[in-house]
Amino acid sequence: MSESRPAVVSLRGVTKSFGAGGVTALQSIDLEVRPGEFVSLIGPSGCGKSTLLRIVGDLVEPTAGEVVVNGKSARQARLDGDYGIVFQDAVLYDWRTVARNISLPLELLGWDRARRAQRVRELLDLVELRGFENHHPWQLSGGMQQRVAIARALSFSPALLLMDEPFGALDEMTRERMNAELLRIWERSGSTVVFVTHSISEAVFLSTRVVVMSRRPGRIAAIVDIDLPQPRTADTREEPRFFELVTEVRDRLREGGLDEDRTAPDEGELVGEEAP
Amino acid sequence: MRRARRVAGEWLPAIVVFVAGVGLWEGGVRAFDVQNFLLPPPSGIVQTLWEDRSQLWSASFFTFREAVGGFAIGCSAGFLAAVVLARWRLLATAVMPYAIAAGAIPIIAFAPITNNWFGVTGMTSKMAIAAVLCFFPVLVNTMRGLTSVSPAALELMRSYAAGELTVFRRVRLPSSLPFVFSGLKVATVLAMIGAIVGDYFGGAPGALGVEIRRWVGIFAFEQAWAGIVLASLLGIVFYGSVATVERLTMGWHPSVRGARSE
Repeated sequence: MSESRPAVVSLRGVTKSFGAGGVTALQSIDLEVRPGEFVSLIGPSGCGKSTLLRIVGDLVEPTAGEVVVNGKSARQARLDGDYGIVFQDAVLYDWRTVARNISLPLELLGWDRARRAQRVRELLDLVELRGFENHHPWQLSGGMQQRVAIARALSFSPALLLMDEPFGALDEMTRERMNAELLRIWERSGSTVVFVTHSISEAVFLSTRVVVMSRRPGRIAAIVDIDLPQPRTADTREEPRFFELVTEVRDRLREGGLDEDRTAPDEGELVGEEAP
Repeated sequence: MRRARRVAGEWLPAIVVFVAGVGLWEGGVRAFDVQNFLLPPPSGIVQTLWEDRSQLWSASFFTFREAVGGFAIGCSAGFLAAVVLARWRLLATAVMPYAIAAGAIPIIAFAPITNNWFGVTGMTSKMAIAAVLCFFPVLVNTMRGLTSVSPAALELMRSYAAGELTVFRRVRLPSSLPFVFSGLKVATVLAMIGAIVGDYFGGAPGALGVEIRRWVGIFAFEQAWAGIVLASLLGIVFYGSVATVERLTMGWHPSVRGARSE
């Protein structure tokens, strides 16, 4: 809290309801994310955590409240390319190779070919996909596809990385490996991350802070500071402090409503209503 | 060498069926002394194909041009209409039910009318029928392709602050291609049908449909059958060339990768 640099994300009284007098998905959310933080949003299905992420990205408009990203309105931040986003599905374009998927945002920004190629090489190294640049997405495993999506989101070095359950569709083993890789990438890229997840252990392992949300209408039930030392490794998951924090997040989830629900589908129906 | 053998192995059953079918046809016609007007033997048809090749070829090529012209007009119009309707969805909700219903209309029934509209002996009336036949499947398929882009793919482009034209060019158009091509492939067949049946209701002297009718009238059944065979071959070539363009433009697509030899 002693951080003096301005917040990357600042939410004041953000509320979102769907339809005329319909469901309130989010109620009076106040949250500050400071530079270099890794903040996870965790909560039961339907708590609006994905909607909150989309509000930060100006993909969904809040019904009320103020959203400031990188010191400007969310809309301006989106227009300025201040964030990169990764979804649960990799959302790669089948007709593009791995390299051309990664360089898509750079093409839109008007980078010339040589500069794009140079940047793609760096990113392939970063996500350890060297040698796969000319593969098509369907030739890759789910974990590799998600690494491409991460590389694409980082391609233009955005200040903020928004991640909506990026590893939700992966098996446990792959997910843990991806978690470790993500932390390595986060440390090297120095960007700020807002990460939505269902998984308590994933949230604790990755984050500097975990924001626990309550069942609909979504509210912030608690914020848990994760004081596990960096860099975190597979051994981190064995430490007593790790288990204490997992237990604490779980208790906060219980207080906030119901236990976390890992089997139920996410609040896709809420997001779906808003989809253009 | 091994690949050649594998390809031969894949085609062998189909070739066997073809040879057996033609053999059965030839043998059956001879054995049961089938009347020529019912079914001429393949050998007779092949002989006619060779002997009358210049007349058959010019007739077929004339009608093929009618089909290709109608295909080009109908498919372009269908594609452009789909782009407009995909952009202005309110318009689409007003118009699409009729477009889909029009797919059930036997448009070929209009052929005598288009002869009145565009002239009996010209190519235009046949192109018109072929074009209308091609229009609806291309419209409906392209429309489905342009609008079935995943919401996440669009959100991603929105996160890049991409304009509408960029989204169209980079996302909607490429992801609609499989749908567009299935519409185009159906349209090749319909265009050939439209052109030939259009000819049947009266057309330029020397057009294939006109000639087939004339040959049947003067009991030249081998010629008529030779014309039908040639029309079928041109139809297959037409379909095949669109399928080839599809394979070349969509080498990335999972439906195509199976057909690609490694």
